Amino acid sequence: MTLDPTTRNARDQIKQGAQSTFMLSRVAASLYWMSRYLERAENLARLLDVNLQLLLDFETVNDETLNAHWVPVLRAAEEEERFFKLYEVADSKSVMTFLTFREDNPNSVLSCINAARENARQVRDQISMEMWEVLNDAYLFLQGANAESVWAAGACAFFDQVKRYSHLFQGITDSTFSRNEGYEFIQFGKYLERSDMTTRILDVKYHILLPKVTDVGGAVDTAQWQSLLKSTSALEAYRRFHVAEIVPWKVNQFLIFSESFPRSIRFCVEQVGDFVHRITNTPVGQFANEGERRFARFVHQLRFMTMEEVMYEGVHDYFQRVQKELDAIAEHMFEEFMYHPPVDTAAEIRLHQQEQQQQ
Amino acid sequence: MLFDNYQTDTFFDEMFAADGTIRPHYQHAANALNPLPCDEYRHKQAAVELAFMRGGITFTVYDDSRGTERIFPFDCVPRIIPSDEWQTIERGLIQRITALNLFLHDIYHEQKILKDRAIPPQYVLSARHFRREFMHFQVPKDIYIHICGSDLIRDHDGRYLVLEDNLRCPSGASYMLENRSALKRAFPDLFRSAGVRSVEGYPQTLLGGLQHVAPTNFNGSNAPTVVLLTPGVFNSAYFEHAFLARQMGIPIVEGRDLVIRDAKVYMRTTSGLVQVDVIYRRIDDDFLDPSVFRSDSVLGVPGLVNAARAGNVCLANSIGTGIADDKVMYYFVPKIIKYYLGEEPILAQVDTFLASEAKDRSYILDNLEKLVVKSANEAGGYGMLMGPWASKEEIETFRQNIIENPRNFIAQPPISLSRHPTWGDDHFEGRHIDLRPYVLFGENVTVTPGGLTRVALRKGSLVVNSSQGGGSKDTWVLHPNANTAPFA
Repeated sequence: MTLDPTTRNARDQIKQGAQSTFMLSRVAASLYWMSRYLERAENLARLLDVNLQLLLDFETVNDETLNAHWVPVLRAAEEEERFFKLYEVADSKSVMTFLTFREDNPNSVLSCINAARENARQVRDQISMEMWEVLNDAYLFLQGANAESVWAAGACAFFDQVKRYSHLFQGITDSTFSRNEGYEFIQFGKYLERSDMTTRILDVKYHILLPKVTDVGGAVDTAQWQSLLKSTSALEAYRRFHVAEIVPWKVNQFLIFSESFPRSIRFCVEQVGDFVHRITNTPVGQFANEGERRFARFVHQLRFMTMEEVMYEGVHDYFQRVQKELDAIAEHMFEEFMYHPPVDTAAEIRLHQQEQQQQ
Repeated sequence: MLFDNYQTDTFFDEMFAADGTIRPHYQHAANALNPLPCDEYRHKQAAVELAFMRGGITFTVYDDSRGTERIFPFDCVPRIIPSDEWQTIERGLIQRITALNLFLHDIYHEQKILKDRAIPPQYVLSARHFRREFMHFQVPKDIYIHICGSDLIRDHDGRYLVLEDNLRCPSGASYMLENRSALKRAFPDLFRSAGVRSVEGYPQTLLGGLQHVAPTNFNGSNAPTVVLLTPGVFNSAYFEHAFLARQMGIPIVEGRDLVIRDAKVYMRTTSGLVQVDVIYRRIDDDFLDPSVFRSDSVLGVPGLVNAARAGNVCLANSIGTGIADDKVMYYFVPKIIKYYLGEEPILAQVDTFLASEAKDRSYILDNLEKLVVKSANEAGGYGMLMGPWASKEEIETFRQNIIENPRNFIAQPPISLSRHPTWGDDHFEGRHIDLRPYVLFGENVTVTPGGLTRVALRKGSLVVNSSQGGGSKDTWVLHPNANTAPFA
């Protein structure tokens, strides 16, 4: 008799007594999304933080410059349309509120923390008590905060706290979670989300208009690039690498190609590739299907590309391409390992009722 | 002093005798708690509540669209049971569960007890939880009730009475364990010196019991694969399901994670299908298998019942145990004990009148305002009439219901539940309590020394259910040679 055709690997053998080496697909999915959503919350906090700081360096701020400043941020979060259904103008407070506290925005810090916690709740038996407590603390922290109080007290400290929860969670995961398949899904989700969000944070800077063309490379421009490095926690690492000189193309080069800085696109993408191999058991340098082949090619290309080639392609277009590749591998892995089409209950009932009648 | 001005009123108080002296087994704890400044006690209480909130030790409030989570209110003063009292409880519960298990086996096989007319057959055959489909079905090791959580109360004289047997999916064991760990953190010194028996063995004993009933032909590896089946994250008891699964180190699965092929149960994992041998199910019979029971159930697994019948998987508790915790069957439990064991019941129970017996019925209908009326198949404190506190309309509604459907009702005299000092805002007041000990039936029948003491937090209330304003306490069973000397 054939096995459930909707189940992945149904064609494979039925594992006999593989105690504790297996993981429910649903659990893998929850660990993956838990990790992604938390990383997204952290990066949304970074994105908002840097852009609030960027504004500080403008000499004159009016409605028009504000709008020009915030629309790219909304675009980077892919929430422009939803935002303008809810708000008339994009100013600092409305965008901050929208991307932090709106529960009807699935990509707000609050929604992401809720989603991370909800996924954790579904696999509470799988994660350590300490991991759960951090997520729950973050949840209670956000439930207890609101836009008005955060705005009044200064958003910077608030975003720092969100980042701290995420860091704490990573540290605790590192020191309390077994290095099993579940760990691989957590890391896969984290690096996937982080590489995606780094492209978005970088992309925004390209859309922010400086007051005058002559300002490019000027004091304001430099201050902005510096804020951007800071927001990705890369300022010190960059300085050690390039010794004090903050030049736009070098900042881009660093955050795209650094092979050692753990938030650069290359670093994160290599990690994604690494965990893909560990999950799929396909040896490095080989591929088992089209999805794996395509992603391996992308990783190799990233290793051997130069900043000039990125500029030639167009920075914005390049970032979009990176996002597309990341989406493709995410979807591939999800379909392959984490997703089960829902059971056709009616068909199952018919099947088992027939079996019962034959007895 | 925290216990100054404490009033026992006219009730049986667990801690204080009628003359206001502290009972010996509470002496040690009372001496430790009494001198605490009010602020310090309040601080400890708040710290425990915060720890519960942080740990997500919560239940979901159903009628709240935002899915609000609340902590199960916890009172820091432990309920203490001396060793000799516990021995009686333990023996009584083991006797009761052994007899009920024999009863289930008999009912689903020869039905000797019915043929001998020890129980009128119509009561069993008409019960809602009687599963005709399971007649002559052989359950592994003849165990039907693997996990039982009976509710005990104490009456005006401090006598322990069984109030009901929960033989389907009794819940609350996780709170027993979490309450203990909270209390240890709040009062480490007191706990250390008090001589309290440990409850921490519960998950291990439970797992042992579940492995004990694995089908003999289980998948061939060293240990059978045991899983916990939950209705899912939206169930109010989800915290408990995840907690117990984590404590036992077994996977927690939902119906959609399982699939049945060739009458075997498999779970869907990242590396294919893995066979399951034992299911600790926290889903009611009705929802277990839509191909047999309720076809609208989205929680269950089509084909699961058939797999159990084929002997390829064991369900704990077994299907059809509800027949033995029916409130009408409760009336017959003393007879059941006598019939199968030839013994007198060790634990008494509440006097009960059956509405379906003509004589009892007329007594019930004449005395509705003095009685507690319960519907036979409801749990959680629902479907009840508390005669002495009910309005005229409520009484009349129940009167009609009883006349129309007598099989569905029983009545009992109201029991004045014992009270226990419980923290109000700034002082202690007496609140009514009950006790749910947990009985596990594996290779042996064991009772975990402790349990869940539930408290009716509202003044004067007798309803201890968490869904209706109840809280809980840690329950201490003392060692035989426990320290009753004043705490130093």
